Amino acid sequence: MKLIIGFIVLWPLVGFLFNGLGRNIWSKKTIAYKATGYVLASFILSIIAFVNVQAKGAITVHYFDFINTDTIKIPFDFKVDALSSLFLLVITGVGTLIHLYSTAYMKDEEAPHYARYFAYLNLFIFSMLLLVLGDNYVIMFIGWEGVGLCSYLLIGYWFTNTTYNYAAKKAFIMNRIGDLGFLLAIFWLIVKLGTVSYGTVLTAESLAKLSTTDITAITLLLFVGAMGKSAQIPLYTWLPDAMAGPTPVSALIHAATMVTAGIYMITRSNILFSASEITQHVVAIVGISTALLAATIAIKQNDIKKVLAYSTVSQLGYMFLGLGVGAYSGAVFHVITHAFFKALLFLGAGSVIHAMHHEQDIRKMGGLKSKLPITHFTFLIGCIAIAGVPPFSGFFSKDEILAAAFAKSPIYWVLGVIGAAMTAFYMFRLYATTFLGKFRGTEEQAHHLHESPFAMTLPLILLAVASAIAGAIGIPELMGGHHWLSHQLTPIVGVTKEAALSHSTEWALMGASVSIAVIALLIAVNRYKRQADGEPQTALGKFLYNKWYVDELYNNVIVQPLNKFAGFLKETIEKNIIDGAVNGTGKVVQYSARKIRLIQNGQVGYYILFMVLGIILLFLCWFNDITIHRFFNN
Amino acid sequence: MVLLSILTIPFIAAIILLFVKHNEKANYVAIASSAVTMALAFNIAFNGAANFDADWILSLNARFILTADGLAKILILLTAISFPVIFIATSKNELKNRNQFLALMLFTQTGLLGVFLAGDALLFYFFWELALIPVYFLCSIWGGEKRIAITFKFFIYTFLGSLFMLIGIILVYSNTTDHSFLIASFKNANLTAGQQLAAFALFFTAFAIKMPIFPLHTWQPDAYEQSPTAVTMVLSAVMVKMGLYGVIRWLLPLFPAAAASHANFVIVLSLIGVIYASFIAIRQDDVKRLIAYSSIAHIGLMSAALFTNTSIGMQGVLIQLFSHGINVLGLWIVADIIEQQTGTRSMKALGGLAKKQPTLAILLVGFAFANIALPLTNAFVGEFLIFNAIFQFNPWMGAFAGVSVVLAAIYTLNMVQKIAYGSVSDATNLMQVPNKSAQFVLIVLLGIVFVTGVYPQVLFNITADTLQQLFVK
Repeated sequence: MKLIIGFIVLWPLVGFLFNGLGRNIWSKKTIAYKATGYVLASFILSIIAFVNVQAKGAITVHYFDFINTDTIKIPFDFKVDALSSLFLLVITGVGTLIHLYSTAYMKDEEAPHYARYFAYLNLFIFSMLLLVLGDNYVIMFIGWEGVGLCSYLLIGYWFTNTTYNYAAKKAFIMNRIGDLGFLLAIFWLIVKLGTVSYGTVLTAESLAKLSTTDITAITLLLFVGAMGKSAQIPLYTWLPDAMAGPTPVSALIHAATMVTAGIYMITRSNILFSASEITQHVVAIVGISTALLAATIAIKQNDIKKVLAYSTVSQLGYMFLGLGVGAYSGAVFHVITHAFFKALLFLGAGSVIHAMHHEQDIRKMGGLKSKLPITHFTFLIGCIAIAGVPPFSGFFSKDEILAAAFAKSPIYWVLGVIGAAMTAFYMFRLYATTFLGKFRGTEEQAHHLHESPFAMTLPLILLAVASAIAGAIGIPELMGGHHWLSHQLTPIVGVTKEAALSHSTEWALMGASVSIAVIALLIAVNRYKRQADGEPQTALGKFLYNKWYVDELYNNVIVQPLNKFAGFLKETIEKNIIDGAVNGTGKVVQYSARKIRLIQNGQVGYYILFMVLGIILLFLCWFNDITIHRFFNN
Repeated sequence: MVLLSILTIPFIAAIILLFVKHNEKANYVAIASSAVTMALAFNIAFNGAANFDADWILSLNARFILTADGLAKILILLTAISFPVIFIATSKNELKNRNQFLALMLFTQTGLLGVFLAGDALLFYFFWELALIPVYFLCSIWGGEKRIAITFKFFIYTFLGSLFMLIGIILVYSNTTDHSFLIASFKNANLTAGQQLAAFALFFTAFAIKMPIFPLHTWQPDAYEQSPTAVTMVLSAVMVKMGLYGVIRWLLPLFPAAAASHANFVIVLSLIGVIYASFIAIRQDDVKRLIAYSSIAHIGLMSAALFTNTSIGMQGVLIQLFSHGINVLGLWIVADIIEQQTGTRSMKALGGLAKKQPTLAILLVGFAFANIALPLTNAFVGEFLIFNAIFQFNPWMGAFAGVSVVLAAIYTLNMVQKIAYGSVSDATNLMQVPNKSAQFVLIVLLGIVFVTGVYPQVLFNITADTLQQLFVK
């Protein structure tokens, strides 16, 4: 098992090295086969690992000691349990499909760049697997920063484009702010407990050693890390900009896997989080606020990828709401279903963009239904799933979170339902504007419209099937289901307290949220099936269209002042004050030096000669000394 | 004897070089001698080595004593790796009187190795100066346009530092019971509290200038900018370590009480320097100055960690001494290749390297991410332990220091973006495939970055005994 688990991680690394080092050697065909093949190999091994966990329970394997000194020991261990094995399946499964899709989507790239793309993608899978497999926070952190690196490299994949480079840099730096929180949490754990291994930290004994303040501080700092990676307020603005990367990258990294790392981290640390009332409130409030904020922005965006990006931010907000109210398995459930339908939607968007020759503005689309039948049909399934219409997968996972939210506070539920209505609205606005009505693009685009090749439609079909039926893993007992997933996760998150709601209340809540979503959906279809949005007219419309001006706010309040501050340090403090003082002193010395400089004649050879003589003299000192001593002693 | 030979080989090679006028041959002599030195250093680092002890200046009771513990080993290894790397990477650069240049470089190497090995204070001082004096010549003769003024500043600064240290040494020496310069005797010297404080201040000033600690740092960016690149590499990869080494070997063990009572002061000063230098790095347009400020920031972290007096901090510094040297060497070599081929160091004029010379751009990105301590690169382990130590000392200071993690990402990615990405600028368009030897050493360095980053235990093993001596009583 140790080898199998090791190779789950190693195969993508091999793929990275293979394509990275051989980027000028291999043909595009070889690159594509190898890159996809290595991830597929990981997927197969992941299935074996998953089955093994089902049969024999969780295992921890030790490879070597990463850091082993007198005071601190950080082993390089992997842990495969119900939680990590589920994530393994999602990462490698969706990862394989996206690799496959990419082979066709990126086919216009020259071979060395094609190789570079797949090398990054493989490296991403490697890092993500480290993140979920690590048995302590440091290994998680290695993967955590690793995925940040890959995200940076892939957002800036088209590196000659300056805007994209800025987007990449922004993503990395915002993530780094989060990473700092994570890092401080790790230090706090080390100071208090002397270890970062899950097996020791996440136990009742450790919990007893920590004061309430410790726990609150540690969990809040961890949450700062999660905010960065999972794009929550206030660190979310990098994610929409990250759409600069190739579309399959958006699907894999910025929707299905990397951004869910924060949810994984908190679920993993659920013992700590549950122990801090304050942190739970903070997580829930940040989550629901992000969900609503992003949803309002998504309503007014016209770039197909931007809508999906804000939708992702919003859905991640739901997951954090779930975590905040203690519905850990609900959050993980939503991670899984979201991975399917959001990957599907992004890949569908990619197929549209591909057909439209890199047009991303939905106002210039319309009527694509007949031209792209497979893309249309699968995209529709994705929309229904995310809107929460039963019996598609999104319904079950979202409902579980909402029910738990209601149990904690009805306000959360009301806000959650409002968000769900907005979700249904903007998704079907997107759907209707893109696929229904008449085509609004150019003649030439109309002429070239085509369905994508099989390598792209196959992943769409598979993901559509998954989006439709994945709810089956978590059918609540209310509906006569067994809720396989929550039983799976019981060893990690404990028994999920079934919300203390009567069945009739639950049915009522469910009915209310679904009907509101359906109404919103129908309004959107009705309104946008013939025409697209024009320029925003109302003040509110402009406000939302401009994303609440948050980027401008950050720029004016944080970035520019800091930049000015740096300039002030450089020009005034450093140059005038500190160096000024030094040079002032220097001038005094220099004046006196000028008087005695006549000794120097400027011949390098002389200088060196004298120096060497001096050195040799000193070296020989001991010899002289001995002679002198002898002389005197005699 | 192996310790003595590692000192004499560069010294003898330097003397020979004075008579080798032919450039190509001079290169061979320098590279060959430094390669032998490197082999010896590996031997010392991994096999251990006996001490060397001989009489030196009997009238003063100074001894020629060399010892190689973990601290010495790791720095000898760094010194011995750096020099051949530097010689190979800069072997094609234009230089007049190359043999003299190389000879001076090798004298410096002798001095550096001596500093790290010396077990006697006077011998330490002797090597300290031996390492510095050739550098003055190197800078003032082969440096950039403003070399005279800058070298003068550098000279005055470090000369003052050395002078303080010498006074400090004499002060302690005169109070030793057995009138000896040995470390052990220095430790047992009968100093009054006032004397200990004075000696601490004198030593500290010397080391603080060398590192440098804010606000004594302004000589450094200027010196790095104006020196010929080979010298800059020696200065920033190895020579700044003399200051840190001095703190570990002399300052902390000799004056533990004074060090403890001034820990807050030094740490705060260091951390201000870290943040300060990071901010300034953000606004630099000159690649060399950017790397210089980045280096000041990284060194500041190390000095802060040393004064926390924690085993974890010491461990972090011990391996970071090595890792920082490797990373900064890599960055300098890339910067040098770019400057040699484009004639500019201004990032405004650069851009598009990834398109023009992808391999070099990849190497640059590799070292850039090592510079910001990305996990699985060498710097992560060291800085992880260092931040940990500062946090342990005081959580607020830890958090403050942590800001540099973000700032480092900002200035480093700025640099990468301006040099490597975007469309190919006129200057970048002049770039040709860098010569094979420079590329070779870059790949070797990057190999070290990842090997010691994934399996840092190699370095931990070398330094383990120093840690034992310092913290397990």
